[in-house]
Amino acid sequence: MSSTINGLPPDPILERRELIQLRASQTIARRTMVSRVVTGLLWVGLVIALIPLGSVVLALLDKGVRFVGWSFLTALPQLPSLSSLNDIGGIGNAVAATLVIDALAGLVAVPIGVVVGLYLAEGSSRPANFLRTVVEIMTGMPSILLGVFAYEYFVVTMKSYSGIAAVIALSMLMVPVIAKAAELAFMAVPRSLREAALALGARESRVARQVVFPSALPGVLTGVLLALARAVGETAPVLLVVGPTISNLWNWNPLKPMTPMPMLIFGYANSQYPSQRAAAWGVALTLVALVVILTTSSRLISARMRRERHS
Amino acid sequence: MTIPSSVSDRPLKSDVAERIRRSATSDRPFRYVLRATAALFGAVIVLFVWSIVKTAWPAITSNGIHLIIGRTWIAGSGPYGALPLIIDTLSTTAIALIFAVPVGLASAMALQFQVPQRLRGPLASLVELLAAVPSVVYGLWGIAVMVPFFINTLEPFLSHLTGSSWPFNGPQDGFSILLAGIVLSIMILPTIVAVSRDVIATVPIEVVEGALSLGATRGQVFSKVIIPTARTGLLGAIVLGTGRALGETIAVAMVIGSNAQLPHSLFSSGATLASIIAVEFGNSVGSEGSALAALALILMVITGLVNWGARALTRRAATH
Repeated sequence: MSSTINGLPPDPILERRELIQLRASQTIARRTMVSRVVTGLLWVGLVIALIPLGSVVLALLDKGVRFVGWSFLTALPQLPSLSSLNDIGGIGNAVAATLVIDALAGLVAVPIGVVVGLYLAEGSSRPANFLRTVVEIMTGMPSILLGVFAYEYFVVTMKSYSGIAAVIALSMLMVPVIAKAAELAFMAVPRSLREAALALGARESRVARQVVFPSALPGVLTGVLLALARAVGETAPVLLVVGPTISNLWNWNPLKPMTPMPMLIFGYANSQYPSQRAAAWGVALTLVALVVILTTSSRLISARMRRERHS
Repeated sequence: MTIPSSVSDRPLKSDVAERIRRSATSDRPFRYVLRATAALFGAVIVLFVWSIVKTAWPAITSNGIHLIIGRTWIAGSGPYGALPLIIDTLSTTAIALIFAVPVGLASAMALQFQVPQRLRGPLASLVELLAAVPSVVYGLWGIAVMVPFFINTLEPFLSHLTGSSWPFNGPQDGFSILLAGIVLSIMILPTIVAVSRDVIATVPIEVVEGALSLGATRGQVFSKVIIPTARTGLLGAIVLGTGRALGETIAVAMVIGSNAQLPHSLFSSGATLASIIAVEFGNSVGSEGSALAALALILMVITGLVNWGARALTRRAATH
């Protein structure tokens, strides 16, 4: 403190200024430290999040890659026997079952989802608002409930487990996802475009077909791919309706019991044979690869859409 | 320019007027298709709810309130008390949230503001990919990776740390409520990160820059600007994750050990409303099918309310 110069009385203004500077440097030091702690905690959170998530990816690659190959994807499974404990064959019939079930679910869900989306985008009438709420609540509905529904209506009435019951449950899961995406895509079509077409004398159905659909198509496609990605991995509803046992035979007929890939993973994971438990990772990697392809193409389409909108 | 009345009148009356009328009427089929499809979808949803209520009805009338507060669940003959299942559902969800909410929000903010631009894209894609990984794969990972880790490391450590006192006592065989909660938290983590990152991205940059220009530190911007501004939307992200945790079925069924008794500790095996339906429905006998449908109804009401709440919150966040 050197506020006295040549014996003069201390300058109150200078003293005050020094006090302020001292306090300010203390506050800044404290605030910087608190800020470092906060940002440090954010980093810690990110690292904690990445450890288990990274472990899932590593386990998939580490335990699954050695299975992947053409014969694994196309051959029939083999029951482990004493002579060949480690030969589990392939998963061809499960791949076929997944393709049949999800393609049919898509065939049912896409037209209904798109039209429901169009209906929702058209207006805000009371029934439309109600349906919008229903669609949003259904998006978060636990999938097992749809399995219970499909069981009650299809397995019980047909007196048989079947792939078609899974198709019903999965398409009911897909419709809300597609409808929501389609609604947003249709609403994003500029009003001026539709009004111009209407002013030129086009009918509403023609406006929908030739103006709204083409410009909303990428958005709708994104939703369809996301819904498919969700459907191929669904296990809970499928488990209830496709049949209690794992099938080792080819079956392309969805009216009969089938074993799609998620069901096979569930069965193999709880198997008594070590070779089947190991092979569960091969199936899991195949399934995840399929999901990645679907979600990535959906992302690419929406990224391209964004680019085109900006250009 | 004036148009001779004889020319302007005639086509309007006969030709154009007729075409306008026809175009209006011939578009009705289009409207009918829209409405019919929407009605069909609505009808299927009504059928869905009704089928579960109808199947559950015998169990509801014969068990009454004991369906919710009863402690014992005896397959085949009853009584059917879902209290242990409700407790397990709530406790696994609570464990999941305790872990996933702070970690998820921190990661979302770190991803948005801290991570170098070059790493942000790949990390965000990884998170979105993990949100799409099927739950059966998380269950498989739980069995193959987490169960050995629990048996060899975490459970002995926790019970040693607390002197085997509640809630870290009991069997150390991996399959437990604690494991189910941890697996759930890892499953809902990507959802919480992705949704809350979207919410954070909507905080106006002017607000952040304003705070910085007034001398706020980064930490203060996070805690005093971004979180309060995005509060409603972040809550919506959390509620969305909660809904997913409550209804998650397969991954939980694979790691919780399937046991409908009241749990004694976090190391106890258990069963949630959703997991017991998946495990028991296929081999249910007698009146159990109806009781399981009643569980489905309870689950439907709980998750319906939670999702409705999440929707209201995210909508409010969007309008603000």
